[in-house]
Amino acid sequence: MNQFQYVRPTKPQAAIDAVAKDANAKFIAGGTNLVDLMKRGVMTPQKLVDINRLPLAKIETMGAGLRIGALALNSAVADDKHVRAQHPLLALALNAGASPQLRNMATVGGNMLQRTRCSYFYDLSMPCNKREPGTGCAALEGVNRMHAIFGASEQCIAVHPSDMSVALVALDATVLVSGPKGDRRIAFADLHRLPGTTPQRDTNLEPGELITAVDLPTNAFTRHVHYQKVRERASYAFALVSAAVALDIENNTIKAARLALGGVAHKPWRLAAAEQALIGKPATEDSFRQAAAVAMQGAKAFKYNAYKLKLAPNALVQALKTAAAA
Amino acid sequence: MATNPEPDTPANHDEARRSFLKQSSLLTAFALVPGSVVTAAAEGLDEKVAAAFEKIPLSLKINGTKHKLSVEPRTTLLDLLREQLHLTGTKKGCDYGQCGACTVHVDGQRVNSCLSFAVMHDGQEITTIEGLADGDKLHPMQEAFVKHDGFQCGYCTPGQIMSAVACVREGHAGSEGEIREYMSGNICRCGAYTNIVAAIQEVKTGGQKV
Repeated sequence: MNQFQYVRPTKPQAAIDAVAKDANAKFIAGGTNLVDLMKRGVMTPQKLVDINRLPLAKIETMGAGLRIGALALNSAVADDKHVRAQHPLLALALNAGASPQLRNMATVGGNMLQRTRCSYFYDLSMPCNKREPGTGCAALEGVNRMHAIFGASEQCIAVHPSDMSVALVALDATVLVSGPKGDRRIAFADLHRLPGTTPQRDTNLEPGELITAVDLPTNAFTRHVHYQKVRERASYAFALVSAAVALDIENNTIKAARLALGGVAHKPWRLAAAEQALIGKPATEDSFRQAAAVAMQGAKAFKYNAYKLKLAPNALVQALKTAAAA
Repeated sequence: MATNPEPDTPANHDEARRSFLKQSSLLTAFALVPGSVVTAAAEGLDEKVAAAFEKIPLSLKINGTKHKLSVEPRTTLLDLLREQLHLTGTKKGCDYGQCGACTVHVDGQRVNSCLSFAVMHDGQEITTIEGLADGDKLHPMQEAFVKHDGFQCGYCTPGQIMSAVACVREGHAGSEGEIREYMSGNICRCGAYTNIVAAIQEVKTGGQKV
């Protein structure tokens, strides 16, 4: 691994300054993805700004919801009593991700900023527009069975690997950010980008911007929720496809729905049209199948991932059935 | 044949070797270190400056013993334990957080020591497999792994045992299914899973202090 400078500020502003003023500096929190990428030479920061001493790990109830500090560990969030009671979908998604050891290291902020696991992004001998802009996309004509079916571009067909983020986008989360130009709030759906012509940019964060917390509004999705993750092992593997589902059901009629898919796009994929299609419908498999058909409009497969065109709607229907029965 | 003015004695050999190493490591340092260190060296500051710049003081309590250390930032906790402190019970399997062989406890929580820089743990308490037994008396989980034959080649075993202890302490060993899920971060290529689950179930129901 290349050498780097290491600094450990105790105030957010010092951390922000350190990264904003140095294009080769990176924040490090849990490190579960960054250390991996540095070992492989995919990322080579010259300076690491360790943010673990910043006071950003609290989980607290606010007037209109729950605020989760960016440094709260994935395991701590999944076990938190407020999260389990008010946002059980988030706990389910977190526990579907990684392993107990990794969840004890990975933070909320780091989880959402993890890089794609596209094998060509990791392979320095292959072209990759995300790793090295302008070199091409090896996945486009390569072994693309893990890749996107929504929102891909000619430049990049990678998917975002986070489970937690699929739940957060479904739950209308907001990301709180501090940066050189002050504080701002970003709707979770607007945090991640589609690849377009700039796949090297995963998110809309500006240089030096630090995620400080995530806000979750209070909602009615405390019971009929499910996170359906389909993977190639029983546990501890990235999703081929995942579905986060939250329903508000009264007298077997769907009053509100929140749906998102993971493993299908460069960002966690919210299904607004399919949500609308469910409102006022009975909570039956027929309704769920119709909504899944709406969800899949515009999907496009590549040579090796056509199976996702069937797997994604099936995972969604399974998640809806499980959630409705909960 | 001309006589060699400086016979090739072992002492000379050593000196030449040392000077070669010094030069080449200095060159390597130039190739690898950040610009500011290169500047410091170029301005005639000696190697000590570079060394102080590169290494960072670190206090850790490891298996109950306090250590004052000095490490390069890029040293992982795993490499510190194995290479500097010779605590080789913690294993390096994949080195990318995919196998769990490197599992240790940091402030009581199980983590992958391969994916963590040692400097990030300043002031924390580390427990490795060497710190589990009480003298010659094995920890109940170690006893149970022996009794149930919870291993074959043994390479993943230290990580399995550290993870298993945490699994019970966390309250995630309530059923076979829960144990399998919460032990999924530890891969055993020999396939001793059935016996590992049996060992954990025995400890969980045995009533001993874990």
